[in-house]
Amino acid sequence: MKQFKGRPVVAGKCTANALVSHGGFNTLASFQNALQFGDKEAKCGDQNNADLYNKPMVGTALCLPQTIGSTTGGMVLYCANAMKRNPTCMLFSEHIDSLACAGAVLAAVWADEPMVTVDCLGQEFLDYVKDGMKITVDEDGTVTVE
Amino acid sequence: MEYKMNLTQEELDILNGSKGEAMAKVMKTLVLYGEAFGATKMVPVESKMGHLVTSFGLKVMKPVYDLMDQLIAGGAISQQKFSVDPKPLDKNVPANFLQKLIFNKFMYSMQNSYDAQLSKLGLIDDKSYTCTCYMDEVGNVPKKGEVLSWAESSAVVYANSVLGARCNRNSGIIELFGSIVGRVPYFGLVTDEGRKATWIVEVKTTKKPEAQILGSAIGMKVMEDVPFIKGLDKWIGTELDGDTKAYLKDFGAATASNGAVGLYHIENLTPEAVEMGESLIEEGAKVYVVDDAELERVQANYPVMWKDKNATPKLCFVGCPHLSHAQLIEWTDNVVEGLKKNGLKKVSVPTVFTAAPAVVEAFNKTPYAAKLKATGVVLSYICPLMYMNNPLCKKMPVITNSNKLRTYTTSRYYKSDEILDIITKEAK
Repeated sequence: MKQFKGRPVVAGKCTANALVSHGGFNTLASFQNALQFGDKEAKCGDQNNADLYNKPMVGTALCLPQTIGSTTGGMVLYCANAMKRNPTCMLFSEHIDSLACAGAVLAAVWADEPMVTVDCLGQEFLDYVKDGMKITVDEDGTVTVE
Repeated sequence: MEYKMNLTQEELDILNGSKGEAMAKVMKTLVLYGEAFGATKMVPVESKMGHLVTSFGLKVMKPVYDLMDQLIAGGAISQQKFSVDPKPLDKNVPANFLQKLIFNKFMYSMQNSYDAQLSKLGLIDDKSYTCTCYMDEVGNVPKKGEVLSWAESSAVVYANSVLGARCNRNSGIIELFGSIVGRVPYFGLVTDEGRKATWIVEVKTTKKPEAQILGSAIGMKVMEDVPFIKGLDKWIGTELDGDTKAYLKDFGAATASNGAVGLYHIENLTPEAVEMGESLIEEGAKVYVVDDAELERVQANYPVMWKDKNATPKLCFVGCPHLSHAQLIEWTDNVVEGLKKNGLKKVSVPTVFTAAPAVVEAFNKTPYAAKLKATGVVLSYICPLMYMNNPLCKKMPVITNSNKLRTYTTSRYYKSDEILDIITKEAK
């Protein structure tokens, strides 16, 4: 078990199993098929992301450095939340990028259930966490990995 | 709820519902968004007009349209008129039966209702769909120093760098919210500090570098940082004339899509570089040297996403971002000349040139319009990126001279003179 202290962007408590992307997470490419074709598990559609491709994202603790790609990214993330196809939480090793932040904040203010979002967890977090590990997030941005 | 940002009484009142629930939620979104980036305050949006990135009525975005309905019902409409990115559909652009069916009945089935929402929220008019809203013919041209609430990466980097306006790289919806409350959070490229260069790029090529490849190389190297570029004025001059602006439009789009550049300075050319020179460079800035070999290396590393790498191109797009009037004329002359040289009357690959509706309208009043039409090239206002954003187009061998289109789709990049050669020669 190891604990990491991050900064809560959207504070909250949750527990989920880790899903890890070591490279940038392309929000549009990852969610487009799932939203378009009604995939309730939201399997990642980004063929360029070998870590995540075809893996279900719903209900996971998505661990990533930052998001990349189209400036529609924030909207797509908001849509995923509103349609309940989102990860339980998003955990960023780096400072959150503007597109992901837009999506997380839009979901917090406009969708029914906010998605817990923590950033600045550090590279060590991303090096340590592996798919399937149990993640617990506290209100203050403490992330426990076991 | 307590906020870290210093807010004015008026802003606090809005947060507390003085202008209704929708407006309060819009303000709250912007404040929370700004606080995540350390914004200390909100500042007024100063430009006359806004620009939105989301132009497409993609069925998948239904929650966005529901949100727009909430804004309209709550009276939270934009305080400024805005332009918006190009439309994803144009019946003049080649598409087969299946593509048309999927575009119209499935993917973009919300287009008409979304267009109506944009109108209610503050769209300038039905000709304001373009990624190059800053063209004179379109008229959404911010002044130096003005704070903007825009999205569309290629337009933001142009407004910041070439016009000297101030805008962060916003996500869709956030930019609309800024236009609605007339304020944006004060951080990043809106601040003096955030506009300092942390990279020096030294251009040491033996000829004028291709804008799209130089932009790509710099974007991939500096990512979201601000570069100060030396040595480029040798090739593109020190005057921001039409040709230079067109070069910078294409260069900037490549920096923004191949990396995440929101602002660049070019020594002796762009407004802040002319005014402030090397004082714009942060101490300890990193250095990147670009020579002929580096540009060749960068281009050689572009992956070819076609299944059959030797396939004959089925479609060619030129104009991502949209072409300027002068670029359209130059391309027309070049295509006519190329066909004549090769003994052909029509282009050998179905080809689409794209430009803003207002630019298309102006171009169509010139004798060049008939010349271009005679070559078989289709002139459209479409967004090539949105056109290609579907599984059917992924299987098509499409060629382009746009590094942005290459990055986001399966299209294959060629330099402009290579594209000209391909489309004006007998097909294999």
